[in-house]
Amino acid sequence: MKQEPGLTIIAKTVTRISVWLIILYGIYIILHGHLSPGGGFAGGVVIALAFLNVMLTFGHETVTRWLNIDFLHDLEPACGAMYLAVGILGIAVSGSFLANFLNKGTLFNLVSSGNILVLNIIIGIKVAMGLFTVVWALALFRFDDGGEK
Amino acid sequence: MPVETWLIFILSFMLIGSVAALEMKDLLSAIIAIGVVGLGVSMAFLLLQAPDLAIVQFLFEIFSVVIMVRAFIKRDYHHQTTPSNQIGKTILVIAALGAIFIFSINVFKALPPFGEPLMTTAQYYLDNCAKETGAANIVSSIVLDYRGYDTLGEVTVLFGAILGALTILRIKPGAKPDEEEKS
Repeated sequence: MKQEPGLTIIAKTVTRISVWLIILYGIYIILHGHLSPGGGFAGGVVIALAFLNVMLTFGHETVTRWLNIDFLHDLEPACGAMYLAVGILGIAVSGSFLANFLNKGTLFNLVSSGNILVLNIIIGIKVAMGLFTVVWALALFRFDDGGEK
Repeated sequence: MPVETWLIFILSFMLIGSVAALEMKDLLSAIIAIGVVGLGVSMAFLLLQAPDLAIVQFLFEIFSVVIMVRAFIKRDYHHQTTPSNQIGKTILVIAALGAIFIFSINVFKALPPFGEPLMTTAQYYLDNCAKETGAANIVSSIVLDYRGYDTLGEVTVLFGAILGALTILRIKPGAKPDEEEKS
């Protein structure tokens, strides 16, 4: 039988279940960024760590086959551009850059605080995809012994 | 126990960790000792009632330790043996640090007491944040509303860092691992 890349079947089975819980926790932290401690950066790092978990367990060849790396890599600058677009929409709607032009809602509701929720989601996706891309590139990188590449 | 006692305890723990990271012969042990320092910073943030910073610091510490282990585990870095005639330089450095400390005692006396900063800008945010932005988390409202332009800068810095990492590693996104090994 051919040796599959990655760790043992025990680690793979546990990762298959636990990685969804980690991603869910990251999404929770991102969406509740304006209500409880956390926010886009923290939640994005949680999601990136979930991808890192998959990559450590299954090996980077499998991850490269499963995931559309091109799309994930393009998502990161796209979210940066969306942040700018929200800022420029602030000029158009409310008169100043990055103005909070959406409806504020009631305090302590999930959908409240206008722009902050939108920007949290954008930053979360951007941080998650950016860190995942770096880890993926590091996993693909091969060190040579002394000689040049 | 008051917060200061715990902070001094954590700080001494971090000092031991950083000295251990310098003195370890094994590279993996040194990386783990660096991780102790970061987790100490995270606990200090938590004790100073900044859970936002504590979460981010904790996660980034785990992330950086994993990346450092991944990057350095294949390399054979041997601990360089330091020459033994360093006593004169050590005495010089300790004397210089002592002189700086003696001259800065007056500065320490002039500092405001712990927890009572001179700047009172934060009081404005505490009073007006909830009704101006509608966010219950004041840190989030400052980062993304009052100081949204700074966050745009952070986003740009992150983008530049990732661009630099991909450029140095010279990996095209979407390239198959097999092709990359051949080239």
